[in-house]
Amino acid sequence: MDLDSGTSSTVGARVQAIPGRPAQHGALYQFKQQNLPACKPVLTPATVIASFLLMGFIFIPLGLITLRASNSVVEIVDRYDIECIPEELRSNKLLYITDDSISKNCSRFLKVPKSMRAPIYIYYQLDNYYQNHRRYVKSRNDKQLLHGLGDNSTSSCKPLESSGDLPIVPCGLIAWSVFNDTFKFSSGSSELKVNRKNIAWKSDRNHKFGKDVYPFNFQNGPLIGGGKLDPNTPLSDQEDLIVWMRTAALPSFRKLYGRIEEDLDADDVIVVQLMNNYNAYSFGGKKKLVLSTSSWLGGKNDFFGVASLFIGTFCMLISIVFLLLHVKNPRPYGDAMYTSWNKKSSSS
Amino acid sequence: MKRYVYINDDESAHDLYCDNRISNRKYTVLNFIPKNLWEQFSRFMNQYFLLIACLQLWSLITPVNPASTWGPLIFIFAVSATKEAWDDYHRYLSDKKANEKEVWVVRNGIKKLIQAQDIHVGNIVWLRENDEVPCDLVLIGSSDPQGLCYIETAAMDGETDLKTRVIPSACMGIDVELLHKIKGVIECPTPNKDIRRFDANMRLFPPFIDNDICPLTIKNTVLQSCYLRNTEWACGVAVYTGNETKLGMSRGIPEPKLTAMDAMIDKLTGAIFVFQIVVVMVLGIAGNVWKDTEAKKQWYVLYPDKGPWYELLIIPLRFELLCSIMIPISIKVSLDLVKGLYAKFIDWDHRMVDLETSTPSNATNTAISEDLGQVEYILTDKTGTLTENKMIFRRCCISGIFYGNENGDALKDVELLHAVSSGSPDVVQFLTIMAICNTVIPTQSKTGDILYKAQSQDEDALVQAAAHLHMVFFNKSGNILEVKFNSSVLQYEVLETLEFTSDRKRMSLVLRDCQNGKILLLSKGADEAILPYARTGQQTRNFVEAVEQYAHLGLRTLCLAWRELREDEYREWSLMFREANSTLVDREWRVAEVCQRIEHNLEVLGVTAIEDRLQDGVPETIETLRKAGINFWMLTGDKQNTAIQIALSCNFISPEPKGQLLSIDGKTEDEVRRSLERVLLTMRITTSEPKDVAFVIDGWALDFALNHYRKAFTELAILSRTAICCRVTPSQKAQLVQILKSCDYRTLAIGDGGNDVRMIQQADIGVGISGREGLQAARAADYSIGKFRFLKRLILVHGRYSYNRTAFLSQYSFYKSLLICFIQIFFSFISGVSGTSLFNSVSLMAYNVFYTSVPVLVSVLDKDLSEETVIQHPQILFYCQAGRLLNPSTFAGWFGRSLFHAVVVFLISIHAYAYDKSEMEEVSMVALSGCIWLQAFVVAMETNSFTILQHLAIWGNLAGFYAINWIFSALPASGMYTIMFRLCRQPSYWISIFLMTAAGMSPILAIKYFRYTYRPSKINTLQQAERLGGPILSLGTIEPQPRPLIEKDVSTLSITQPKNRNPVYEPLLSDSPNATRRSSGTPFDFFQSQSRSSLPNYSRNCKDN
Repeated sequence: MDLDSGTSSTVGARVQAIPGRPAQHGALYQFKQQNLPACKPVLTPATVIASFLLMGFIFIPLGLITLRASNSVVEIVDRYDIECIPEELRSNKLLYITDDSISKNCSRFLKVPKSMRAPIYIYYQLDNYYQNHRRYVKSRNDKQLLHGLGDNSTSSCKPLESSGDLPIVPCGLIAWSVFNDTFKFSSGSSELKVNRKNIAWKSDRNHKFGKDVYPFNFQNGPLIGGGKLDPNTPLSDQEDLIVWMRTAALPSFRKLYGRIEEDLDADDVIVVQLMNNYNAYSFGGKKKLVLSTSSWLGGKNDFFGVASLFIGTFCMLISIVFLLLHVKNPRPYGDAMYTSWNKKSSSS
Repeated sequence: MKRYVYINDDESAHDLYCDNRISNRKYTVLNFIPKNLWEQFSRFMNQYFLLIACLQLWSLITPVNPASTWGPLIFIFAVSATKEAWDDYHRYLSDKKANEKEVWVVRNGIKKLIQAQDIHVGNIVWLRENDEVPCDLVLIGSSDPQGLCYIETAAMDGETDLKTRVIPSACMGIDVELLHKIKGVIECPTPNKDIRRFDANMRLFPPFIDNDICPLTIKNTVLQSCYLRNTEWACGVAVYTGNETKLGMSRGIPEPKLTAMDAMIDKLTGAIFVFQIVVVMVLGIAGNVWKDTEAKKQWYVLYPDKGPWYELLIIPLRFELLCSIMIPISIKVSLDLVKGLYAKFIDWDHRMVDLETSTPSNATNTAISEDLGQVEYILTDKTGTLTENKMIFRRCCISGIFYGNENGDALKDVELLHAVSSGSPDVVQFLTIMAICNTVIPTQSKTGDILYKAQSQDEDALVQAAAHLHMVFFNKSGNILEVKFNSSVLQYEVLETLEFTSDRKRMSLVLRDCQNGKILLLSKGADEAILPYARTGQQTRNFVEAVEQYAHLGLRTLCLAWRELREDEYREWSLMFREANSTLVDREWRVAEVCQRIEHNLEVLGVTAIEDRLQDGVPETIETLRKAGINFWMLTGDKQNTAIQIALSCNFISPEPKGQLLSIDGKTEDEVRRSLERVLLTMRITTSEPKDVAFVIDGWALDFALNHYRKAFTELAILSRTAICCRVTPSQKAQLVQILKSCDYRTLAIGDGGNDVRMIQQADIGVGISGREGLQAARAADYSIGKFRFLKRLILVHGRYSYNRTAFLSQYSFYKSLLICFIQIFFSFISGVSGTSLFNSVSLMAYNVFYTSVPVLVSVLDKDLSEETVIQHPQILFYCQAGRLLNPSTFAGWFGRSLFHAVVVFLISIHAYAYDKSEMEEVSMVALSGCIWLQAFVVAMETNSFTILQHLAIWGNLAGFYAINWIFSALPASGMYTIMFRLCRQPSYWISIFLMTAAGMSPILAIKYFRYTYRPSKINTLQQAERLGGPILSLGTIEPQPRPLIEKDVSTLSITQPKNRNPVYEPLLSDSPNATRRSSGTPFDFFQSQSRSSLPNYSRNCKDN
């Protein structure tokens, strides 16, 4: 410290001798002299061990809390794609799904393991479905979705841009492959009311999908992909399409189908009447129906808890290891340099 | 080809030859854009980026908007072009300054003041005293009646003594007025760069001299950049102008310099490029396989059965584009920016301002600061670089009595003052010789002070000293010299002047003492030229001793002697002298012979010692830098003895027994070879010993060594940490630099004169001292400093910090690019290897340009150790020299870190945002946020000292990230609409970020702490000591006090000197190397011994040429 003030003062005095110098003590001067006051943190054993300990103390409880939140979520997952094929057709799933004459009706019975509180979210889950494939994810036209035919440049929708002379509304692979299984729920004798409104993001409905854009020529071509859309409903109200067009980043994803807005009791049996329309058989995909409550953290996901616990434990262990190292092998910092310097030189 | 210059003919020459416009510019306004673009695209990196940018225009393969590459690319080009334009503009300004300097020129018979650039070949240029010569001139007139004029050629060859130039005989005696109207023709060679030859003829037209061809030599010319001295005026005909002058021709275009670091970065870039190609190929093949097996089944992707012919290429090309960010486009801009700032820091540094002349240091080349930290060899000039080039009379020995030994200054020695005032005859005679035995011309200024004009600085010093001792030489009119001693005026009439030549090494004056009519011979000269001619019976042992003692102190010695001549002896001799002087053949030799006849039997009076003072802090600077593991070579035009003495006095070489000086000499090739081999043998033996072994070689021997035994000499150069090369020419200096460079050493050349320019340009780093020898060297150099001692700060502080900062910055740039690229690669495995980009174009562009560039740019303020610590422990520079902070293994560390972080970010984002949350935009922003947070913490962890700016940049950048994304999230048209608001409301987002940061940083913190504490590098230990206040501070400062230390050294030495009867430099030069070698147990400190022991294997990459 002594040294520091000494040099800087002599510099100041020397500099004064030069005429026409700007102020010598402003922040700018210090910046120019690379002399801004700086704090130089040191990795002392105390700070490092303490911070690892602190991280441990934060993450272990955090892990427990998030695990608890995840466990509080009740989730029913039912894979129905195989079960819904009549036994005799199971060897030829493709025939089943492509033959329109075969009835796609199917019933599933779901047992509620624990009481579920409203709202209960209904998801359909697709596995091994690459909504993030480059060909797929790009094949849409946001302008057309909002403005309809007003904008004719639909080249981004390749390979499904137009039928006849007009562009398809909505164009592109994503819209074309919209999911079209439907579900009806009943508990006992009464039908469960499923709220299918407000399942898409509000911002999408208001700002991404046009209120006066109608899918007038959708799925008219020779290639039929997924579901059809009601040509009389504007896109902004086609919530299933809007949900579908929020592409998933992972090949396994769930999309919201609707909400059951009444509580379900434990051991209730829910009957699901579904139309198994969507072809996931050709590429070996799985279709699942998911009923799930939610917590403050979202759906059931143990990952947060497990990861937090893991990191917390790791930090604790590290801090203990460092503590032991420090106790066994304390290093007086100032001397360390001095001794080692001399040691090296005498040994050489 | 000949050039015909018509004197004073304004019309004819205008079109033939260029005007005197000096141009160092690279571009003109018109060719700037094409030429600059061409230059930029000749760099591999730029070609690569251009290719990528062009590929992105193909929408089928581009993962992102082409603007994400074009934007930064154009920005980078604009920045580089602006910088070039700026530099070129400055060159233009400095040219303009020189071009617009006003000079007197005769136009149409009238003397006019015009700008230097308007001088044309054939113009008559008038120069006044102290004017700089604007172009190459042939003299035609001078104020001196004999047609002489004096010029200083320091800017050209570095020699500071004045040179006489004479007007051609044809022009002798032409009236001043007539000179305006002179006409004639000069036939001269085409422009060349030989500054020692000018073979031309001149013929004046009537009415001057009829058809008489007058030969011209270099003696009749004054060349551009010389200064006219001691001559009231001179005029000459411009023969070469502008860039065609001899100086302009030898200027040459310096090659752009590339730092070792840049080379390393390029190498690493190449490695990353190869890695990228491999990744692209693997992913491309995997992608095509997946497409043919899986994607055909995925009906919703709607792959056509038959694609176009280039189908197989599409996926690899997509991955190429996706991975193109692996090579950070921002690195060049960032590096250019920080390099500019390093240079600015040098310019701004107040501790490198020369206070005597208020010259700040200046970094002309802004691109090579890192190299300063990696210097291994310093090649230094002597005069003006190590010394001040200011001669001061220090000591004398009169009749065996030493004056000035006690306090180092004879002028303040009471005994001498007493002897002067008491009028001791020897002392008075001694002073008389000091005062008048010279060619100095005294002039009186208006204020009555007496100014001396001397050709040599030594004579000036002697006359000044004599005046100080009351022997004032105040007037010289014709042959009469007038000296005032105390209050009496003494007059002397000069009868003959026996001039100084380098062969005779002495000068004498024959004069008549007007007081008593006696004829005296006064002589002064080198000891070997005076002492042997002492009067028989005079004991000269005293003087020999004095000379040795003074020489040991690095002082320049002269012996003074006199004798009285008998009248008849003088008469007889003067006849011979006149005769010899008028001979036509071998005049010089005959004159010398005649002089010899009278210069004998001398009464030696004493010895003077003149100091060419070392600059302040030179020994400390050399010692500190030597400790830092830098090797020093001294290259000087001076003679061997002086060079060795200066070398001794500035710690350059150590006296016995610590050091040993081996000499390579010889007059013939064979002798040189044997000498070289012997020295080499000794060197090989001694490398294992902790001893400072140096060799000394002179220009003659060096010539043989360089031309015939280059390989042996190169080996010697590698083995030797110190060398002294004397009597070397500028081109030899450059050759020596070349040799060291060819062995892959980083060289720094420092000099102050025009003779150092080539060496400065040749070296990796050229440093010029803006000193007394003009600004030639400073202009050519990469850095110019005011004093040699600033070199320490330049290297240890600026060079080292620059290296450290660039090392961090460049590796960090790769780290962050690799980080995001790895995430993209991982993502491609869960997106059907189809080349989908997880991140959108805006994020990708902003990631490189804003989010990750800003925090790292403030690392230019980072200081791992304080300046004081570095200067006290210069050994720490070893880390920079050996490239410990940027090399493939440190890079591998950063590579691993980015891989690890990418895994952490990727795994946490896809698991935390699985199933119902796996919306593409959201996952992408979670991963991006994770990257931003991690990189902020990485910068924070690698920062050693936080100033307010660092905090602002690191944490402010994080805030900026959210601000920018919130703005994008508020725009309905953007793909990110509402995403960021949505995320920021979710606890799972914040928990994910928290998890990523903790999981990413805790292992790194743990490793860093473990290394820092249990496997500390020297930097770490110094950091600990510095920050926790260890004993290191008690070592005290080695920073030189602003005092001349040499005096102290000299006086302490002089006390020990008489006891130590052994003159030090003799055994140093002993021819048998084994004679006095002792293994001294001086412990070498760690770094030196390490770098030394690694020397043999260091003979690394030594190219056999």
